[in-house]
Amino acid sequence: MYLLLLFVSPPPICCSSWWGGVQMGPPDPILGVSEAFKRDTSPKKMNLGVGAYRDDHGKPFVLDCVRKAEALISSKQLDKEYLAIGGLGDFTKSCALLALGADSEVLKSGRNITVQTISGTGSLCIGANFLSRFHSASRDVYLPKPSWGNHTPIFRDAGMQLKAYRYYDPSTCGFDFNGALDDISKMPEKSVIMLHACAHNPTGVDPKPEQWKEIADLVKKRDLLVFFDMAYQGFASGDIDRDAWAVRHFIEQGHNIVLSQSFAKNMGLYGERVGGFTVVCNDAEEVKRVESQLKILIRPIYSNPPMNGARIAATILNTPDLYKIWLGEVHGMANRIIKMREQLAANLKSEGSTHNWQHVIDQIGMFCFTGLKPEQVERLTKEFSVYMTKDGRISMAGVTSGNVGYLAHGIHAVTK
Amino acid sequence: IMSLFGEVPQATPVAVFKLSNDFKEDANPKKVNLGVGAYRTDEGQPWVLPVVKKVEKIIVADNSLNHEYLAILGLPEFRSSASKIALGEDSPAIQENRVGAVQCLGGTGALKMGAEFLRRWYNGNDNTKTPVYVSAPTWENHNAVFANAGFEDIRPYKYWDAEKRGLDLDGFLGDLESAPKHSIFVLHACAHNPTGTDPTHVEWMQVAEVMKRRKLFVFFDSAYQGFASGCLDKDAWAVRYFVTQGFEMFCAQSFSKNFGLYNERVGNLTIVARDSDNLKRVLSQMEKIVRVTWSNPPSQGARLVAITLNTPELFAEWWDNVKTMADRVLLMRASLQAKLQALETPGTWDHITQQIGMFSFTGLNPKQVEYMIKERSIYLMASGRINMCGLTTKNIDYVAESIHETVVNVQ
Repeated sequence: MYLLLLFVSPPPICCSSWWGGVQMGPPDPILGVSEAFKRDTSPKKMNLGVGAYRDDHGKPFVLDCVRKAEALISSKQLDKEYLAIGGLGDFTKSCALLALGADSEVLKSGRNITVQTISGTGSLCIGANFLSRFHSASRDVYLPKPSWGNHTPIFRDAGMQLKAYRYYDPSTCGFDFNGALDDISKMPEKSVIMLHACAHNPTGVDPKPEQWKEIADLVKKRDLLVFFDMAYQGFASGDIDRDAWAVRHFIEQGHNIVLSQSFAKNMGLYGERVGGFTVVCNDAEEVKRVESQLKILIRPIYSNPPMNGARIAATILNTPDLYKIWLGEVHGMANRIIKMREQLAANLKSEGSTHNWQHVIDQIGMFCFTGLKPEQVERLTKEFSVYMTKDGRISMAGVTSGNVGYLAHGIHAVTK
Repeated sequence: IMSLFGEVPQATPVAVFKLSNDFKEDANPKKVNLGVGAYRTDEGQPWVLPVVKKVEKIIVADNSLNHEYLAILGLPEFRSSASKIALGEDSPAIQENRVGAVQCLGGTGALKMGAEFLRRWYNGNDNTKTPVYVSAPTWENHNAVFANAGFEDIRPYKYWDAEKRGLDLDGFLGDLESAPKHSIFVLHACAHNPTGTDPTHVEWMQVAEVMKRRKLFVFFDSAYQGFASGCLDKDAWAVRYFVTQGFEMFCAQSFSKNFGLYNERVGNLTIVARDSDNLKRVLSQMEKIVRVTWSNPPSQGARLVAITLNTPELFAEWWDNVKTMADRVLLMRASLQAKLQALETPGTWDHITQQIGMFSFTGLNPKQVEYMIKERSIYLMASGRINMCGLTTKNIDYVAESIHETVVNVQ
């Protein structure tokens, strides 16, 4: 027996794999929540993980203006020729206009370059790589603590160094204004500071206008490069101008910002991947140089962007009737979220909770940082089949008038 | 104020797009655009495939469809049916569950994902120094895709023999023999861009033998399946042969040309692994790369292709549409060659009909190309590459005469 084993040859080289050394990638924390939710058989289960809007029946919502735009586009019988590297002109113009406003001096002087991107992620990817390549003055990107989970790997992959500034105050479930100012005051000049334009993800905590003003002043004193991430314009307050206020204020104060925009949430165009990346330049001459370099960046990634979603967005933004419908629908989505916040807080009170749940109402946008601790989250999932991320974040979009009572009951049970 | 971007230099424009721009601005009514690689009808118009129009209507009418996020790796029914197109319905690799795919933004996106993965995971954790070989010449974006993914050593492998206007097989095989082990080779599955010159089956077998022996990595770029011969299976012969030879490999597929879906960015990175376990781990790491680049891919184009490939009548109609395009190209090839022969244009012009796919490497030199553009308003790449789709029954005489005049007057 042993003799036989001695003569067994090792597996031939052709049978070993190139990928033997590839480790299993860790599961995505947010998607992991959805996977577990899918497996759960409880009829009362709730998915408060992923940030996609749901109507009051818990269903995905295709906006009416989107359907109308699609019908319009379909009737035009357009061809499918490649877009320019920077994307659909009708889209990029209206995308910039939406963010910067009709009175924008930047638009009038033509000193912005706006390219179409693969939604918000694609925009951040282009932005991060543009800064990595051309912002030689600093490698440092300061993210608010906490920030969207994907910010860190995007900037890291682009070769930037990640740092953080205080933002969320767990003791108040609100904004740590003094902590933020303190940290900003110590940032080295020319560092990049990431600001969430509105509806901060994941906390839902936004600075007030007076606070934004002070931040803008301090950022200017420190000579920092401002990178705005605006993924929820319209979705936060229901008013697109209000939600863009911080972005416009910074520009008015003379900051030449870079800006990422997404139309995933505010137009419900998630899977169509519609976004924009804007660089506010000194003048039109600089715009030409920056634009040429953005194209050089984009071409080896995906050559040119997808048409469908951009065409839908452009049609809505440029057709007055559809634009009006859109404003109403965005307002409607934001309002439903606000109503759910109020109902959740009210229900928690009537459940007899003695905790302060004011932050549920004060926070804004799709997400709510409940303040629940990991053990409480675990109990909420195990005992009530309510799925959320470990940090206590819930997507209000997953809350409906039908299940808000159940949710309040569960939260009270694990926190009393 | 001093700008942070004050030092950003003006980049040179991408050649093929500049060519299109110049064409647009040319006022000559006889102008012809033989530059960018997109199909045109005999009226010189873009062509939305009839089957695509049909499926678009189906999608618009289906109220159960929404615009929710796709999974990170894309639409499952797209990925699997796209891989079947490349590898064959009955591919043993598919049956053995060792084929996976990543839906990507066009062929470019598929190359990008493959390149990023290889740089991180191919031969150890840092492949920045691993040589990447691309054909001489090749699609001009290949270099940039791999360079931007971090590869520092991108080299040409001999491919086009300018003198004989055909494949430099000895040079190709020689470069395969002398390449450092584990080098990555980008191979054009069919209808080589820009030369239109493909290895024969026997030549592919020789290439495969050397690559296997020397442990070179196979990365196919398949942007024209169906466009070469008009038959999807015939055009996939090389890819499928390599699979039968036991290679682990990548195949970047584009549906821009064969579906005419250029601007919807429909691509697929097909991965053939040793076994399903290796495949699983590879896909998990691909997800990480996708997540920091575009999070998840666009749904419209993938839906369109998936519905077509998975519905027998639509699938048959698509084959037909592909053949229509390929046949028109073949007709223009034959026509151009015949006209040049009739004009007794100096040189041999057999390569026009021997070459395959959308492009032809005419053999015109840069001076002759410049003459064609400036004097005749016929736009082609500086390499002498022409897009056969730019030829129509209405302009082919003008083009043939122009080539004749150019060759005679400009050396």
